[in-house]
Amino acid sequence: MGSLQEMFDTARAENRAVLIGYLPAGFPDHEGCIDALRVMVESGVDVVEVGLPYSDPLMDGATIQQAVDIALSAGTATPDVLSTVAAIAATGAPTLVMSYWNPIEKYGVDAFARDLASAGGVGVITPDLTPEESGPWMRATDSAGIDRVYLVAPSSSDERIAVVAGATTGFVYAASTMGVTGTRTTVGSAAGELVARTRALTDRPIAVGLGVSTGDQAAEVSAYADGVIVGSAFVRALLDAPSRGAGLDAVAALAVSLAAGARRR
Amino acid sequence: MALASSDSPELAGHFGEYGGRFVPEALTAALDELDATFRSALVDPAFRAELDWLQATYNGRPSPLSEARRFSAQYCGGARVLLKREDLNHTGSHKINNVLGQALLAVRMGKKRVIAETGAGQHGVATATAAALMGLECTVYMGEEDTRRQALNVARMQLLGAEVIPVTIGSRTLKDAINEAMRDWVTSVDRTHYILGTVTGPAPFPEIVKEFHRVIGSEARVQVLERVGRLPDAVAACVGGGSNAMGIFSAFIDDPQVQLRGYEAGGDGVETGRHAARFSGGSPGVLHGARTYVMQDQWGQTVPSHSISAGLDYPGVGPEHAWLHDTGRAVYEPVNDDEAMAAFAALCRTEGIIPAIESAHGLAGVMRLGRELGPEAVILLNLSGRGDKDVETAARWFGLDGASPEDGG
Repeated sequence: MGSLQEMFDTARAENRAVLIGYLPAGFPDHEGCIDALRVMVESGVDVVEVGLPYSDPLMDGATIQQAVDIALSAGTATPDVLSTVAAIAATGAPTLVMSYWNPIEKYGVDAFARDLASAGGVGVITPDLTPEESGPWMRATDSAGIDRVYLVAPSSSDERIAVVAGATTGFVYAASTMGVTGTRTTVGSAAGELVARTRALTDRPIAVGLGVSTGDQAAEVSAYADGVIVGSAFVRALLDAPSRGAGLDAVAALAVSLAAGARRR
Repeated sequence: MALASSDSPELAGHFGEYGGRFVPEALTAALDELDATFRSALVDPAFRAELDWLQATYNGRPSPLSEARRFSAQYCGGARVLLKREDLNHTGSHKINNVLGQALLAVRMGKKRVIAETGAGQHGVATATAAALMGLECTVYMGEEDTRRQALNVARMQLLGAEVIPVTIGSRTLKDAINEAMRDWVTSVDRTHYILGTVTGPAPFPEIVKEFHRVIGSEARVQVLERVGRLPDAVAACVGGGSNAMGIFSAFIDDPQVQLRGYEAGGDGVETGRHAARFSGGSPGVLHGARTYVMQDQWGQTVPSHSISAGLDYPGVGPEHAWLHDTGRAVYEPVNDDEAMAAFAALCRTEGIIPAIESAHGLAGVMRLGRELGPEAVILLNLSGRGDKDVETAARWFGLDGASPEDGG
């Protein structure tokens, strides 16, 4: 299994962006999620982000909320997330968890970092945790040897970006717009400006998320970012599919298209 | 840990281990701007003067302190119960105190639009009112379940020119309305202020909301001293998010001889799991941007709360209450639906006051407390709202089937 750093180095050498794909664990069900993530990896997704379904996902739009509701209704819990990570990490793709803070705190900050590392996970994206509240988390991730990924947003001042980039390891997650997750027809100019401002303040790789759903958008973002993060579009492909098999086909086609986009920078 | 001081409990937005700011980075800039604006307003005599003038000439402050003589004698073991009449405020509850302050902050920040969450509808009505008064655009998020329970307040908000958006995800109550308001705010923050309605959420909201409700306690302290000649033995309030309680507690936190009592919604009973008693049935966690006591399962998923009172039906509580609880300065107890409704009926019959069902939880607590403390005791209760909005719920509860409660048997 490779590290995030190796993946970004490889992509840079190949003059392309890293494609990061997201699904919440337990969606459409436990095995279905693992199957879809495996297909995504086989079809060109470089790095996998496994969402920890949470009852109050205030950064997520309607599509991911719907998927998370399905996962939680079926009883998906933190150990299911870790077993999903283990299954995907076994493919060799660097695998992260995306989680709101409370489930990590409730599991135990040190225990979560340790168990994620044992499952083969390489890091955690925490959309509602700021560096200021992160003392125990920084110690836990350092001790477990996993990356911690924080977000910057178009509203972030340069001072904030420096603080966030200083706390993050792995890569900086740049939120493309002021808003929640979901597919959008355009990515918007704010993303490019944010990446440029962040680039001036850190040497870490920068990946752009929120609103990217097509190969063309992936190509557009890859022109200035080191990574492209796609979530809602994969969820939407599974939600809209008439059957499980059709869903996997749609996910594969989307991954192929996005991976091509990430190479068309 | 040291006891809270009423004026300096906040270390970078924390109350001991509670509070803080657990939000998407996109909101950090807005919270910093709000914090700076709030602090500059606090030391600006013109801001103070404008707020005080609105409180006096628009809201109707100071609110009176009423003796509940018959209620005390019949239900509280003879203890002397004094009611701080926040129910007599414009719009019918304490909520307007905070809203007028925050709406002035919105204007000060140059924001043209305000949004709010609401459970019982009282905070939504207050926000719609202030928005109309100050010429601001207003959107209120309300759980679909609550729009049914509180249909009258939905109509009031619409009459006041606000857009009311029913929230149809999750448990469809206050918790989900806050999620939706946060999502709106992340998207619209450059022109929108989120008027959060209680003493929770990310810093600096708990501090701001407490500051604007401090007037309840300040007035009540003077009124009790004038009336009784000494401080009360206990100060009581219902606690949902905890803004009315924080407002009245604020003036007495530094008086160790004054007991502080908060009453949470026990719903069908804490043992049934269908309740909103965060201190009896919850544990420390993070919800809606703050670390506090939360109703959650073993994996940190929020557990839906339950109460006959929409305003107390919330799985979290203000972080300063969590701190007051842990330090032992305040004591919190659950009051079940049936006890609250018995107290509701008692106040109607003995004092000619129809309380909000939220406030009836405080009344039920005072009925217990009065018997505990005895006839020499003086108890100050914040009667946080009036019950007009609850007449239909009460009529159903008491089997009046459409007749108004005062006709009922």
